[in-house]
Amino acid sequence: MSESSKLTPATPLTPRKRALVIGASVGMGAALSRKLAKEGWSLALVARQKDKLNALCGEINADGERLALAYPHDVSKVKEVPALLQKIVSDLGGLDVVIFMAGVNYPPGGMDKYNFENDRQMVEVNLIGAMAWLTPIAEMFQNAKAGQIVGIGSVAGDRGRVANPGYNTSKAGLHTYLEALRNRLTRHGVNVLTVKPGFVKTEMLKAAAGATPFAIEPEKAADDIYNAMRRRKQTVYTPFFWAYIMQIIRHIPSFIFRRMSF
Amino acid sequence: MFNTFKQFENFGHSLNAPGYHILARTTDDIQSAFALAKKHGLTVTARGAGRSYNDASLNGGGIVLELSAMNLIQSWNPTTGVVRAESGVTLEQLWQKVEPDGWWPPVVSGTMKTTMGGCLSANIHGKNNFKMGVFGEHVIEFTAILPTGAEVTCSPKVNADLFYAMISGYGMLGIFTSVTLQMKRLHSGLLSVDAFPVPNLSRHLSALQDGAPDHDYIVGWLDTFAGGGSLGRGQIHAARYLHEDEDPKPQETMKLKNQVLPPYIFGVFPKSILYQFMKPFANNLGWSLVNLAKYVASLRTHTFRQAHAAFHFLLDYVPNWELSYGYGGLIQYQSFLPKETAEAAWTEIIALSRKRGLPSYLGVTKRHRPDKFLLTHAVDGFSFAMDFKVTPSNQSKMREMLFEFDKIVVANGGRFYFAKNSETTAETALAFYGEETVAKFKKLKKRCDPNGLLESDLYRRIFG
Repeated sequence: MSESSKLTPATPLTPRKRALVIGASVGMGAALSRKLAKEGWSLALVARQKDKLNALCGEINADGERLALAYPHDVSKVKEVPALLQKIVSDLGGLDVVIFMAGVNYPPGGMDKYNFENDRQMVEVNLIGAMAWLTPIAEMFQNAKAGQIVGIGSVAGDRGRVANPGYNTSKAGLHTYLEALRNRLTRHGVNVLTVKPGFVKTEMLKAAAGATPFAIEPEKAADDIYNAMRRRKQTVYTPFFWAYIMQIIRHIPSFIFRRMSF
Repeated sequence: MFNTFKQFENFGHSLNAPGYHILARTTDDIQSAFALAKKHGLTVTARGAGRSYNDASLNGGGIVLELSAMNLIQSWNPTTGVVRAESGVTLEQLWQKVEPDGWWPPVVSGTMKTTMGGCLSANIHGKNNFKMGVFGEHVIEFTAILPTGAEVTCSPKVNADLFYAMISGYGMLGIFTSVTLQMKRLHSGLLSVDAFPVPNLSRHLSALQDGAPDHDYIVGWLDTFAGGGSLGRGQIHAARYLHEDEDPKPQETMKLKNQVLPPYIFGVFPKSILYQFMKPFANNLGWSLVNLAKYVASLRTHTFRQAHAAFHFLLDYVPNWELSYGYGGLIQYQSFLPKETAEAAWTEIIALSRKRGLPSYLGVTKRHRPDKFLLTHAVDGFSFAMDFKVTPSNQSKMREMLFEFDKIVVANGGRFYFAKNSETTAETALAFYGEETVAKFKKLKKRCDPNGLLESDLYRRIFG
């Protein structure tokens, strides 16, 4: 193998899907990256935490063939995105799927607490960060008439609740943004998948306010996401039963919902 | 720049790689593509008609510079038969220009869709390789732009090292902008074709070898499904040009309307949808029946006259035939072997393919002679091309088998052709080229392209 930063090109008999995972170093991102590597995908892994990112890359590439490349990056630094994206696509030898996983959650810590700085950061990472990455990628996929965009939203984006207005907003915005992309891109053969996880046992969960029922392991969430990707679904809840729970929650009338402590 | 992103495929539809698409209309566009690549830290690959079976014109995540719009025939002299054409001119344009005046391109591929740039890059051969050599042997001179920005003119006398390396160089040293070629004189629009069967590989190869001196073209079809005593059976088509007095109406037979391939089969059925009807046959059973039927039909020995275009461009006879192979597409495995070892090696290869249950659907043989281009594929011997259907379930088995083929071919002094084989590794290439050739090529690469701007997926696979 040469000193090249690029992965070995695919051949007809060693075809490879190429994925870009943004927010790959921990939790669901790491679990999904491991899963994709196991399925033989080529991966570009982007995350802010350089040490964890390199460790994950090392772990994936330890079994012989180099499948993963690491790109330390903070998604709130939106100006870096176009050049970094170009480098990634060049190193991967193309791009088939992008998974936007990066997200932060800073609960205000009470129904009477407000913190604009935290809210702004959540919107900057969860929504603006996603838009900064997915805009040029949507443009590429539309022109290539192929590709898949996966955005990790949240059940928290389905309703504005008392506990965490900033987080709800960032995820609801992301859902709407992904829906708009879906409406634009489906006609060009591009699939846009919105994933809405319930509670997943990650670092983020430890910060969550209140009860966290039905929490699942990140590996289970990664399996669900991978299956939804393969089936080119549009929206998927993980685990699946959140679809029913959220169906109910979405239909609670406002005159009741605004009196609830949930 | 993101809005130029486009999906590119190879001819066999077996591999795709997206890249930034730039359509060059002038030589200035080529210069600016290099400048753009340098600015963005990207690489450039030239693409003509995209007719190679592998990754020669693919550049995943990089710039794909399409030259098909630079398609002007700049000059044509019907007295001397010398033509000068831009690199995006196709063989189709070329022969249609020169044939009515009584000339024919001395070397053509099995499809007329290939561009001059592609023909030079791969240094293509035809069914007359044993007699007329490769495409590059008929080049008087060419012009090209190197990644340094330098514009060069090369001929066998001027810049000879570049001449012999850029032709056969798969666009890895520079981008062709124009070529001056010598055409071959015709005395008729027809060829006289002898068709006869051969019962086994030994007779097949000796028919190619013995038939070659008396003919201008020779090609064999090999029934890849036959084993045992019939292994290597097939049919030979050997053709020769008509002499001056043989065709009573040369002006008539040379007319373009008597050359172009008909769009209908049996006069009524549109060929453009024929590939759809081939799909049900694109499996082991279907193609074994096709091969059997073809062998039975070939048992009749006969001689007939055929138009040049119909004889040469078999791959264009059914448009989009390659789509009949379905989702995974097809790959071609072509090996070139010296005449002394060919029979033993291919006996082993065909037997192995039968044993593994991975039969080739179509086998084609040719007679060859060596040439002095740097990355040459030809040998004093024969070539055997095998088409394989790729499916998700046969990929890894087939790859393993092709690596075994590679070992057999290299051990027998054989070579490969980079317009065809897609799985050849850097190690295998080093083994058949030899270290000296590879070192010489890499040295030239450094000289022509110090910043490493010209790269294709093929380049990365073989020289990366």
